[in-house]
Amino acid sequence: MLGKLTWAAIPFDQPIPMIASGVVALSILAVLAWVVIRGHLPYLWREWITSVDHKRIGVMYTLLAMVMLLRGFADAIMMRAQQSVALHSQGFLPPEHYDQIFSAHGTIMIFFVAMPFMIGLMNFVVPLQLGVRDVAFPTLNSVGFWLTATGALLINISLVVGEFARTGWLPYPPLSELTYSPGVGVDYYLWSLQIAGVGTLVSGINLVTTVLKVRTKGMSYLRMPMFCWTTLATNLLIVAAFPILTATLAMLLLDRYLGFHFFTNEAGGNMMMFMNLIWTWGHPEVYILVLPAFGIFSEVFATFSGKPLFGYRSMVAATMAICILSFMVWLHHFFTMGAGADVNAIFGIATTIIAVPTGVKVFNWLFTMYGGKVRFETPLLWSIGFMVTFIIGGMTGVLLAVPPADFVLHNSLFLVAHFHNVIIGGVLFGAFAGYTFWFPKAFGFKLHEGLGQAAFWCWLVGFYVAFMPLYVLGLLGMTRRMQHYDVPEWRPWLIVAAFGAALILCGIVLQIAQLVVSIRRREKLRDETGDPWDGRSLEWATASPPPAFNFAVLPEVSGEDAYWKLKHPATGQARSHEKPEYRAIEIPRNSPTGFVCAFFATMMGFALIWHIWWMVAAGAIGAFATFIVFAWRDHDEDVIPAAEVARIDGSNRAQRHAILSKEAAE
Amino acid sequence: MNILDPQGPIGAAEKTILIDSVAIMLAIVVPTIVAIFAFAYWFRASNSRALHLPDWEYSGRIELVVWSIPTLTIILLGGVAWIGAHQLDPAKPIEGSSKPLRIQAVSLDWKWLFIYPDQKVATINTLTVPAGVPLQFQLTSASVMNAFFIPQLGSLIYTMYGMTTQLNLQADTPGTLQGLSGHFSGDGFSDMHFDVHVVPTEQFSKWAQDASHVEKSLDERSYEQIAKPSMKNTPAIYRLADPDLFRSIATQKIAPAPGAPSGVIGAALPGVADAR
Repeated sequence: MLGKLTWAAIPFDQPIPMIASGVVALSILAVLAWVVIRGHLPYLWREWITSVDHKRIGVMYTLLAMVMLLRGFADAIMMRAQQSVALHSQGFLPPEHYDQIFSAHGTIMIFFVAMPFMIGLMNFVVPLQLGVRDVAFPTLNSVGFWLTATGALLINISLVVGEFARTGWLPYPPLSELTYSPGVGVDYYLWSLQIAGVGTLVSGINLVTTVLKVRTKGMSYLRMPMFCWTTLATNLLIVAAFPILTATLAMLLLDRYLGFHFFTNEAGGNMMMFMNLIWTWGHPEVYILVLPAFGIFSEVFATFSGKPLFGYRSMVAATMAICILSFMVWLHHFFTMGAGADVNAIFGIATTIIAVPTGVKVFNWLFTMYGGKVRFETPLLWSIGFMVTFIIGGMTGVLLAVPPADFVLHNSLFLVAHFHNVIIGGVLFGAFAGYTFWFPKAFGFKLHEGLGQAAFWCWLVGFYVAFMPLYVLGLLGMTRRMQHYDVPEWRPWLIVAAFGAALILCGIVLQIAQLVVSIRRREKLRDETGDPWDGRSLEWATASPPPAFNFAVLPEVSGEDAYWKLKHPATGQARSHEKPEYRAIEIPRNSPTGFVCAFFATMMGFALIWHIWWMVAAGAIGAFATFIVFAWRDHDEDVIPAAEVARIDGSNRAQRHAILSKEAAE
Repeated sequence: MNILDPQGPIGAAEKTILIDSVAIMLAIVVPTIVAIFAFAYWFRASNSRALHLPDWEYSGRIELVVWSIPTLTIILLGGVAWIGAHQLDPAKPIEGSSKPLRIQAVSLDWKWLFIYPDQKVATINTLTVPAGVPLQFQLTSASVMNAFFIPQLGSLIYTMYGMTTQLNLQADTPGTLQGLSGHFSGDGFSDMHFDVHVVPTEQFSKWAQDASHVEKSLDERSYEQIAKPSMKNTPAIYRLADPDLFRSIATQKIAPAPGAPSGVIGAALPGVADAR
């Protein structure tokens, strides 16, 4: 009846997972209880859960990422604590638990923090920047989000029912094959990524289509803001690379479930094939994460320097060059596999070539500041912190691309330091810059500046204290993923690193405090102009938060920095004085399809993990039926009448007008 | 275990490449970081003395420079990568006057088996090698993937079931070095380290002579016992009864070693601890 699932799957004898999951379950219950008792459930269902509005979906993606960041960071703290005590001893985490923690940390941070954070920001911002009312496929967008949430949910279930993979964040066979990993851990990994992967792929298709086909009048490719360009590049990479991941994981699933031999030791299986395949996805994945961050920094540097982005066309070229080159370098992840010198040398050189367009970007951001009036607000602080940190991470990355250097640094803590250097310094700092930058657009009030700056400093200093020692440890020969060790010289550095992690914790606490304080003081932090940072692109041309239809009248674009040109017309009067002619607007109807689909997908994923076959069938049929019902709909859009549009836009306009004339009077 | 304190020619050459590459990059990285701080500080909004160019967004000359500087750096580094990858190819034999010593390494769950085919000796979790003699390693795995690494001698290399990888190293001076596994392989991974005793050539011959007469012998049958998963194995020495053992493992004549049943296996391998 319940397949492999028995009471033994729940680790009652292990206090750490029990307490952790207890806390998680209690907080979820508390939130649910609060929502139900206060009567917010209908509102949540109507306005968020079933919403197909790209802004709402973007916010939910970002929220998911921030919640999962807490989970991933809890893993990180445990790892740092374990390694700082485990000299000549077992520490407090036995290997079978420690192995799950580092596997979960990597999986969660990449797939359920970095990815949804970036996809969330792209979802929220891109249609606004393109001057349009929605993405190309609104309901598909909602399905994508809910499937990602399904993956995150399954991983968290593994904390309390069964176990998670003990193979590292990429389950290299044959360790991940049934012979060497007979438990359900690898299955949790595989099914949550397969389901979330479908979500990522549909979201990628949606955003590529949006940028290519849904732009406002006059928004030609070379007038798009830089963030739209990096969104295009990122989502092209998603569309090209994620099917490889899905196929590779599917092959491993066939090995584990149906006795195939793609990667097994016996019967002609070959684990080297897995490594090649996983990294042909894995290397582009790195750029899937960092390219949107590059876009965010481009927006932030231009806005906070009060200048256009320097070398816009160069930036576009560099972005697309990175997009293509990222597919040609995967072999540098295993120079030590014993390939010949020619192969290693060619992939080494190909890898270093990526540093050229990346270097160009850094210089262009630098020259964006030249001749500007630089305002040191939180988003800019993150961006400058990023530039310095990322250059160091880029340098160690290029070093690792030189095969003989990699021969001694491969799989060491030097490597761990390097990729945290670029992922925290690049992706996460970018995500935080974007979060602070666009928060007032999403909610109509700014985040508290002082707490934001304090959080930034804790993160920045914490990062250096936590990861510079890992570079040293790599040079001292320490390899990654050690549950304990017998080398006394390593320990002082590991203690320093643990202290750094504690500093980062302070940063996270300050960020939570910032959010709470900002919500409580929202009236004081209110942004009535819709343009709190003196922005340059079209998202700042509408109200904060924008109405469901984004723009009452679609803007017309006549050059780069579209909104800047509207604000500061070279000739004639500012257009905002003319009263536009309003028309009725059709917006896509909310739909529970995504949520219901994800419900059945969760059911199916859980059942597949535990071999509960009747439930697999029920989940599959349910998900398919949901799709059929959606396909059969005959009423898919709501109409907002012209009078209503005029009313909403009129009040926004009046507000802005009052502020502008007040400023003019001063 | 400091890789910046190498004890052999391969490690020394890799250290040189590491330091040279960093030096080449620092030449561009340091000025850039300084420029970031300088630009951000000088062009701060409150500085009224700074140049103000609110619409400046393009300069062909600067574009030329920003594309050329990274390109030139990468051309230089690409040369280092190409030459280094060829000179330090792990499979390339080390030129030297003395005849190389052949060692075959097998990664097991969770210990290292070393076979000296010419000396008819095998060891677990301990290596004894002569100083100044090129070491020619052939490596494979009996179960999951692993990696063989002696940080102070240089070059890490993977071990994989059904495949043989090649590695050439050399230790210059007598002493004790540490080796470890460089690729996560499961619950017992952290204990897959071993001492490398570098001894003068004569002493090595004597050691090999003595070792080839120890009581415990290694053939396919005793190998089967050793190949079972176990943790925290103490070093052990065997007389090699089956000279073709490595080939049988690497060419899959012997089936892959079994996986660990779920749960922890904390006990040391029976009969190994006392074989010291």
